[in-house]
Amino acid sequence: MSQPPKKTIPKPPTRIKHYLTAAIVLALLVLSYIQTGSSFMDLITNRDQMASLVIDMFPPDWAYFENIIEPMLETIRMAVIGTTFGAIISVPVILLCANNVNRIPWISYPARFVLNLIRTVPELLLAAIFVAIFGLGMIPGIFALTIFSVGIIAKLTYESVEGIDKGPMEAMTAVGANKVQWITFAIIPQAAAYFVSYVLYTFEVNIRAAAILGLVGAGGIGLYYDSNLGFLNYPRVNTLIIATLAVVLIIDFVSNKLREKLL
Amino acid sequence: MSQLPTHTVDKPKGRGKKVFNRVLILVILAAIYVWAFAGVEEFEIKETAGQISKAIFDGIIHPDWAFVNEEEGLIFGLIDTLAISILGTFISAILTIPFGFWAASRRDKSGFFVTGLGRFVLSFIRVFPEVVLAIIFIKAVGPGSFAGVLALGLHSIGMLGKLFAEEVEAIDHGPREALIATGANRIQVLVYSVLPQVLPGFISYTLYRFELNVRGASILGIIGAGGIGAPLIFALTSRNWPRVGVILLGIIVLVSAIDLISGYLRKKIV
Repeated sequence: MSQPPKKTIPKPPTRIKHYLTAAIVLALLVLSYIQTGSSFMDLITNRDQMASLVIDMFPPDWAYFENIIEPMLETIRMAVIGTTFGAIISVPVILLCANNVNRIPWISYPARFVLNLIRTVPELLLAAIFVAIFGLGMIPGIFALTIFSVGIIAKLTYESVEGIDKGPMEAMTAVGANKVQWITFAIIPQAAAYFVSYVLYTFEVNIRAAAILGLVGAGGIGLYYDSNLGFLNYPRVNTLIIATLAVVLIIDFVSNKLREKLL
Repeated sequence: MSQLPTHTVDKPKGRGKKVFNRVLILVILAAIYVWAFAGVEEFEIKETAGQISKAIFDGIIHPDWAFVNEEEGLIFGLIDTLAISILGTFISAILTIPFGFWAASRRDKSGFFVTGLGRFVLSFIRVFPEVVLAIIFIKAVGPGSFAGVLALGLHSIGMLGKLFAEEVEAIDHGPREALIATGANRIQVLVYSVLPQVLPGFISYTLYRFELNVRGASILGIIGAGGIGAPLIFALTSRNWPRVGVILLGIIVLVSAIDLISGYLRKKIV
């Protein structure tokens, strides 16, 4: 009689990798905690201060609403114009970056590299540089938002363009279309909905960004945050927060509805 | 001879409405643009603009390399920025987990209190810019990196919570039902069926948020919440362009490196 095959339980896979990962994460956290001088005890001991700050904010200074309508509208204007210019500049950038439109790698890769560089610079920093060049006001804010928008719109759209259906493109090539016709009839009909949707999304992001650009002097409501916090006028800060909240929520809602219809 | 029947082809229905909608959209857009551009202050380029642009460009081409190794210099600032974003991201990831489950819509008991309120709280948190949160925390714990950590930690909950909730909504209910059928209690169900499914997604989104937080942390210093932003704003206000250039390069290198590493890890996880 042959021996029945021995049943052996396979050893569980080694967990060293998991332990190692956990150890690295833990080490990073401890080092960060030391580096930043964090102390959660501080947070606990200072809780009265935090609470009094929040209490000071109520009731909000409703009369102040009248004063901030104009800067609020200015914030929206900056976002509208910045997003529009950004969208216009994005179009050629998208065509350069998408590797199914521009088949020349030594152009598309550098274009993508530049796009990635643009995306690494925070918008507040862009605004600070433009304030140094153009002086205080809306203009530097618009410039900063324009560049910031190109980074988002071009990146998202060129990735969508790379995923579009090849059929129409091949068909246009087969009938002998030139490059402009090829783009107009094969690319644009497929990419337009994505493009508009991303522009709307960028507009939402830009509203939030525009609300803080004033901190470096680039126009909009941010300047008022700065001055009121400086003067410790918390009821007014609360009014500002409520106004920003209202505008952002309304614009998010409208933009979301529009995007749902588009895609 | 009898008349041939004449056929009339109906105009395609709904075309008028479509055209009307398009015209309406165009009119609304035009109105928005007229309103927006009418409010822009007059655009005049100051004479100094050219010189300053040239100075900035020069500064970026010839960075102030001596600043790199200075005490409290570039390296210190970048490490501080990185530390703020690591700690801030970790805090927000931990705090977000309950929010993610709260805001996810569920088959059985979705309603105002379970899903709706959770979503509202998350969008409420999302609205506060991290810089404004940082200003408030500075009042509470004093200026410094810790205020930045708290600001990022709180602000990130808004976005992470939304992404976590979507991850929770997408889970496969089979394993959960199987565990319930074997008589597992709620904690066992959570540990053995829900967590294994959502964890990769949670970690991937946390890494993505970490990339954004590195960018966020690099500007927090502008209002005194630690990181590389503080020397940057000093250099900008004192028009020390070579130093602005070196800090800008530092931020670009740091952010790109983090994006690369995080992108690689995310690809491995999902």
